[in-house]
Amino acid sequence: MAADGGMGHATKRREDVRFLMGRGKYTDDYTAAKTTYCAFARSTVANGKINSIDTSAAAAMPGVVAVFTGEDFVEVGGNPAGWLINSRDGEPMKEPKRPVLAHGKVRHVGDAFAAVIAETLEQAMDAVEAIDADIDELDAVVNMADALANDKTLVHDEIGTNQCFDWGWIEDNRAATDEAIKNAPHVTTLELVNNRLVPNAMEPRCSIGEYDPGTGDYRLTTTSQNPHLTRLLISAFVMGIPENKLTVHSPDVGGGFGSKIYHYGEEALVLAAAKKLNRPVKWTSTRTEAFLSDAHGRDHVTKIELACEKDGTFIAFRTETMANVGAYLSNFSTATPTFLHGTLMAGNYTVPNVYVNVKAVFTNTAPVDAYRGAGRPEATFSLERVIDKAARELGIDPIEIRRKNFVKPDQYPYASAAGLEYDSGNYDSLMDGLEKRADLAGFEARRAESAKNGKLRGLGINSYIEACGIAPSNLVGVLGSRVGLYDAATVRVNATGNISVMVGAHSHGQGHETAFPQVVADMLGVDPMSIEIVHGDTSKIPFGMGTYGSRSLAVCGSAVFRATEKIIKKATLIAAHMMEDKPENVDFEDGDFSVKGTNKKVSFGDVALKAYIPHDFPIEAIEPGLEETAFYDPANFTYPSGAYACEVEVDPDTGKVDICSMVAMDDFGNVVNPMIVTGQVQGGLAQGIGQALLEHGIYDENGQLLSGSLMDYAMPRADDLPNFVVDHSHATVCTHNPIGVKGCGEAGAIGSPPTVVNAVIDALQRGGHDVEHIDMPVSPARVWAAMNS
Amino acid sequence: MPKITMNVNGTSVSAEVENRTVLSTALREGLGMTGTHIGCDTSQCGACVVHVNGKAVKSCTIFAVEADGADIDTIEGQANADGSLNVIQQAFQDHHGLQCGFCTPGMIMSAAALLKDNPKPTEAEVRDYLEGNICRCTGYQGIVNAIMAASGQMPAIAAE
Repeated sequence: MAADGGMGHATKRREDVRFLMGRGKYTDDYTAAKTTYCAFARSTVANGKINSIDTSAAAAMPGVVAVFTGEDFVEVGGNPAGWLINSRDGEPMKEPKRPVLAHGKVRHVGDAFAAVIAETLEQAMDAVEAIDADIDELDAVVNMADALANDKTLVHDEIGTNQCFDWGWIEDNRAATDEAIKNAPHVTTLELVNNRLVPNAMEPRCSIGEYDPGTGDYRLTTTSQNPHLTRLLISAFVMGIPENKLTVHSPDVGGGFGSKIYHYGEEALVLAAAKKLNRPVKWTSTRTEAFLSDAHGRDHVTKIELACEKDGTFIAFRTETMANVGAYLSNFSTATPTFLHGTLMAGNYTVPNVYVNVKAVFTNTAPVDAYRGAGRPEATFSLERVIDKAARELGIDPIEIRRKNFVKPDQYPYASAAGLEYDSGNYDSLMDGLEKRADLAGFEARRAESAKNGKLRGLGINSYIEACGIAPSNLVGVLGSRVGLYDAATVRVNATGNISVMVGAHSHGQGHETAFPQVVADMLGVDPMSIEIVHGDTSKIPFGMGTYGSRSLAVCGSAVFRATEKIIKKATLIAAHMMEDKPENVDFEDGDFSVKGTNKKVSFGDVALKAYIPHDFPIEAIEPGLEETAFYDPANFTYPSGAYACEVEVDPDTGKVDICSMVAMDDFGNVVNPMIVTGQVQGGLAQGIGQALLEHGIYDENGQLLSGSLMDYAMPRADDLPNFVVDHSHATVCTHNPIGVKGCGEAGAIGSPPTVVNAVIDALQRGGHDVEHIDMPVSPARVWAAMNS
Repeated sequence: MPKITMNVNGTSVSAEVENRTVLSTALREGLGMTGTHIGCDTSQCGACVVHVNGKAVKSCTIFAVEADGADIDTIEGQANADGSLNVIQQAFQDHHGLQCGFCTPGMIMSAAALLKDNPKPTEAEVRDYLEGNICRCTGYQGIVNAIMAASGQMPAIAAE
């Protein structure tokens, strides 16, 4: 046990100090000598044939040092999809090439077709205006149903269809599910839209390419959640730069939420330009470019059916979804609507039949990929909305119908009908806790009070489960992943006793620099402040897969744990040598090694020093040094779960929804730093409430993004949100990783949208309005229209 | 290019800027003061808030030439004289008022301006005042708590 700040302590974050002083170093804060600046020419039309691009005037502009078009990258590879999905008929998905710069056609507004490099950013931007692009605008496909019905207007002519794949999960369960629904005493059907979101990390993307002609080494400084994956993609697929000649450095990163997982063409461009010019090349996205070119999230159109007995016992869930993948396949875009969505469609319930059909659709819009929650918010929203509707139709309390169908604590490990094995959980306990923390018994009194003020008050309930710790390589391999999803850590005990821990995970707000040392300090009995986390630089860290899917602590943290175990094992050998006894007689506790039954004792620091000054080592038995690496690949996903409650007030005159309370009861397993975990949930709740009430990426029929700025896209602001109640005390420990943790980063964004919408519908129903559903964002206009239709 | 002189965090500095260069860019590119961040191009996000002659200003909304002769305070000048975090900065650390840190400089500068004008704001006043500062990470609760704590209305230390 660490003296201070080990496992379970709400240790203040050490990284905060530099951020609070203005000393963070984000990618755009790096400017090397002789840096040149890059600006992109982007399509203003959603679908267009490129006849010609005349760059001569731009090239002659003041300060311009190079201009690139798609022609310059015809010979290089494309940016691949990371998951291969097979359609129901066994055919592999359609994979059109995603080039560095558009060539032949532009396929969405914001699709980059040329780049200018100049001495200053202003010169580069001026020169972009001088590019003469002859592009014929073509009809655009935007609406997914239209895109599937239409084989004349295609996003990618060469594949002959706008359908990427038609996937069934689990196809062998299809007939049984159909039969169960046909024969069921009650079937509830709901059609809904999971609205397109724009991630909008506050730091726009930024990439700097550098090339050293002396060594042939490339260096990419970039806003990435997973620098090793970015290096692998650039090396193996896009540019062919040997991995050992490319360093990817991802320094302080200002939020990601999924949008910075992926490799983007701008990264390849600045590397190619840096080599050509032999100067650093920097590109910094504007917010406008971010709206048009970052991967968006969600965008599903779904029909879900719930078949059940009259008493509310679930018999089957059947889902048909169209999932928008946009104009190109982003790296995880094919996994998100399939395995991160379909496998969760049994929810927290003992339903025997589940079938999910997902058609992925190309449209002339920005690529869509994993955004905080990634598939699991879509699954939870569909399930928890249709369950609420069924409860209303059957006259059963929404909590009661959920409790009736919960997987019970004695059923773990539980094989869900959607193909996952839940290792642990206690959904009734979470619901018990929720009923108390949310004071559900007092709801009627609060509703009466709201009514006195002319407001309609509603209560929304939700249960969720998610599969996190995205990992087991053997499982994801079967499911179509083209990469392994383990993680790695190296623990280096320096001669003077302080410790460097090199990790594959990347921190861009999650507080790894504080939380990971808490794990190590606890195991070694040393001061956490003597431990430093090194992350974000492929030349320093082992090959790990980065941060997304609430995986950092569960996967990389477990690698840290395993590496630290190896350190203790080796240090015990050294301590035994120092104390002239057998290793099996040596105990390690509170940072000291001692020989059982004697007063012989050496400290961890003494052992560290001895490891590097091995004057009297039995070198045939013990190597010098004290440094260990572990790669950790878990046996299963982790399964965080929760029960949420939200109370809203609806103004019947305007349709405006106010959130009165939001209570989140989550099971994250063991918690290393409760302050950080609470913060993660609060942030997730804000994004989920944003989806439910405010945010919407809207394209018009011509493929123009109407909500393409922070003036049009409604980001949640401080006065849009309440204080949240966040509770993670009702925990069950993850059974298969050494820390017993499950992951907390996405929970709030998964659990809150259906909770809010359920509350709004409840308010309207209690107010005498027969409204069954309103699509998100539940804006005042939509609520008012629903009430007055 | 015009040459401007400003008093930045108590030090007189000069830079040559284009007429079209906004103050945020001049601070970052011209003076190398990268603590002030740029998160949008429509003056919405508030990551670039600095103080100009004592008033909170989004530094992307004024041209650098307009700041000629002005007193400018930025995040780099906020710490105590001994280098320790000031009351507001410390409250942000205590109450987990930041995660990725990108909006933080603007949040700190806005909070300082709020508390100068209104030393004991209500929570609703804090939330209303922050309308021009967007945070995507925290859900604002830690930020609001931090500002309430900095105003002496909440316990100074929430975390260990």
